[in-house]
Amino acid sequence: MKRKQLSAALLAATLLPATVFAGEVEVLHWWTSGGEAKSVAELKKMMTAKGDNWKDFAVAGGGGDNAMTALKTRVVSGNPPTAAQIKGPAIQEWGAEGVLANIDAVAKAEGWDKQLPPVVSQVMKYKGQYVAAPVNVHRVNWLWVNPEAFKKAGAKVPASWPEFFDAAEKLKKAGIQPIAHGGQPWQDATLFESVALGVGGPAYYKKAFVQLDQATLAGPTTLKVFETLQKVKGYIDKGAAGRDWNLATAMVINGKAGMQFMGDWAKGEFTAAGKKPGKDFLCVAAPGTAGSFTFNIDSLAMFKQKDAAAQKAQADLAETVMSKNFQEVFNLNKGSIPARLDTPMDKFDDCAKKSKADLTAASKSGGLVPSFAHKMAMPSATEGAMDDVISQFMNSSMSPKTATERLAKAGKVH
Amino acid sequence: MSTPQSQASLSALADRWLPKLVLSPTLLISLVFVYGFIAWTGWLSLTESRLLPQMDFAGLIQYQALFENDRWWTAVANLGIFGGLFIGCTLAVGLFLAVLLDQKIRSEGTLRTIYLYPMALSFIVTGTAWKWMLNPDMGLQKVINDWGFPDFTFDWLVDPDKAIYTVVIAGVWQSSGFVMALFLAGLRGIDDSIIKAAQVDGASLPVIYWRIIIPSLRPVFFSVLLILSHIAIKSFDLVMALTGGGPGTASDVPAIFMYQFAFTRGQLGLGAASAMMMLMTIVAVLVPLMYMETRSAKRG
Repeated sequence: MKRKQLSAALLAATLLPATVFAGEVEVLHWWTSGGEAKSVAELKKMMTAKGDNWKDFAVAGGGGDNAMTALKTRVVSGNPPTAAQIKGPAIQEWGAEGVLANIDAVAKAEGWDKQLPPVVSQVMKYKGQYVAAPVNVHRVNWLWVNPEAFKKAGAKVPASWPEFFDAAEKLKKAGIQPIAHGGQPWQDATLFESVALGVGGPAYYKKAFVQLDQATLAGPTTLKVFETLQKVKGYIDKGAAGRDWNLATAMVINGKAGMQFMGDWAKGEFTAAGKKPGKDFLCVAAPGTAGSFTFNIDSLAMFKQKDAAAQKAQADLAETVMSKNFQEVFNLNKGSIPARLDTPMDKFDDCAKKSKADLTAASKSGGLVPSFAHKMAMPSATEGAMDDVISQFMNSSMSPKTATERLAKAGKVH
Repeated sequence: MSTPQSQASLSALADRWLPKLVLSPTLLISLVFVYGFIAWTGWLSLTESRLLPQMDFAGLIQYQALFENDRWWTAVANLGIFGGLFIGCTLAVGLFLAVLLDQKIRSEGTLRTIYLYPMALSFIVTGTAWKWMLNPDMGLQKVINDWGFPDFTFDWLVDPDKAIYTVVIAGVWQSSGFVMALFLAGLRGIDDSIIKAAQVDGASLPVIYWRIIIPSLRPVFFSVLLILSHIAIKSFDLVMALTGGGPGTASDVPAIFMYQFAFTRGQLGLGAASAMMMLMTIVAVLVPLMYMETRSAKRG
């Protein structure tokens, strides 16, 4: 009986927005901050130019959590938006619910398979068929460096872990905080995965965090990762707990701290402060990860539409999102790089060009790995359990051995 | 046609049915939207629901997973610490302020407003403000250090072992003014002649408060306990704004646990199980309390 009442309520909710125009696209997203909002406005312009009606469905806040709640309500009530900002394994989870639309026709006509690195196109497919279009690629394993602080301390920009700890020690002696960090669970996980990739390499990373292999997770390499992380922890100030990532970036910008582990969205903070890449700040791969690339890809997953006009508009949307023009404009605003490999890069800055070159190289060498801290590698339940272990390790005196055992246990959560 | 008799019976009929008719929509709405959803959550906690609700019965697996989860027990322990201290301190501070204000002082109205004002703020504002004040890099600790006491430390907010106590501080600050107002109203409702009689008998003021006034505030204590315990169990916004459940998961509480597992981790069933556990905690606290209260009301 409860179910009947529920479906009646949901039916009522569906009937309310019944005025759907022909060829309307409604995109659920949480790109609401400055540069991101500009990028979305660009997409709207391109869609209107194609003769489609654009209906914005922006849900701000909570890193997308609020948006996901709104999306669930819409899907359960049988009235999904044209597309929604969903990424990583969540695409598979939604695919398994049977609500995603097949956009293979557009993908074939436009040759997506040739334009995307295979690792990326795999994420966009459910059971071998395209159901989502990527809009950008973020690199997560960056180390942001303040060269002036390094000069003052007489330290060398590190490429390996011994060099890193050497530089950190010198910075500390010079009275500069070696590492700027924000102690929030996702930032702890971001730091952890860079250390894991640097210490264990891409083969270990894939086995442990993509395949969730128990023996690897509980093995000696994971122990070494935690031991290294414990050493890194020693160079982080106590005030880091709860600090937002952009405040940590600000510490690097004004020279209070020497380095920060963070994805390439940190670049936006530097450029907003009027800093130039290569001169006022450096972007280098996290120690030991030079040939590898941890990716975090935003994508728009397409939902099944009943109406033929809506289906046509959806195809238009998919085509537009993957067009060179959109990929360039969007990513210039967002700080990331285009997912489409043949997009011209001349308007981008040096960090983005380097990111692109590393992406291409890593894609060939097998060093291209999904970032699990950013929901790209494992089911959200597993990732949540791992985040809990990592942030407990970062915020207590837990031994690397215990942490390794708990991480392996977390890998069993599905 | 209508005789006075049939009119009388009609109005008697209306008297009997009108109140029920007027109340029925509210009754229906609360049946569906309160008890209906409680029942639905209860059912969800017995399924394997992940991203979206799923209706196949799966037994008690979610409760089993919940009890095996370390983080749940951290959250429960924190709720114990927070609930106990928050209720105890708020009661003590609120009662103390009310007794002081009851001394027929001048400018009582102004003082009452000042104490009551924090209640007008939302927990989000309280949490954010205290987050700044307690932050060792820019708040209290830094101010006192700058005054010339470089050794002063107060870094509970970033200390995993003490973070939950900062939540208690902010919570007590927020709620004690409100509790004071309730107690003050109760104090003002006590019959003056009893106090006068005690004074004639030679009792001192502290004795009068301790032996006569506070015991007669029993019903107020009951309402205050009811309100505070349910604020404590559902506390979410305050913790979210103040510590975000951190450092790490050190100041996690069941409400945050429920939100994260149900809505951000795609473990709807587990989240529902934790919600049911929270409900049962409230029931376990409140049912005996209400039972005691109704019995004493009957006797009195």
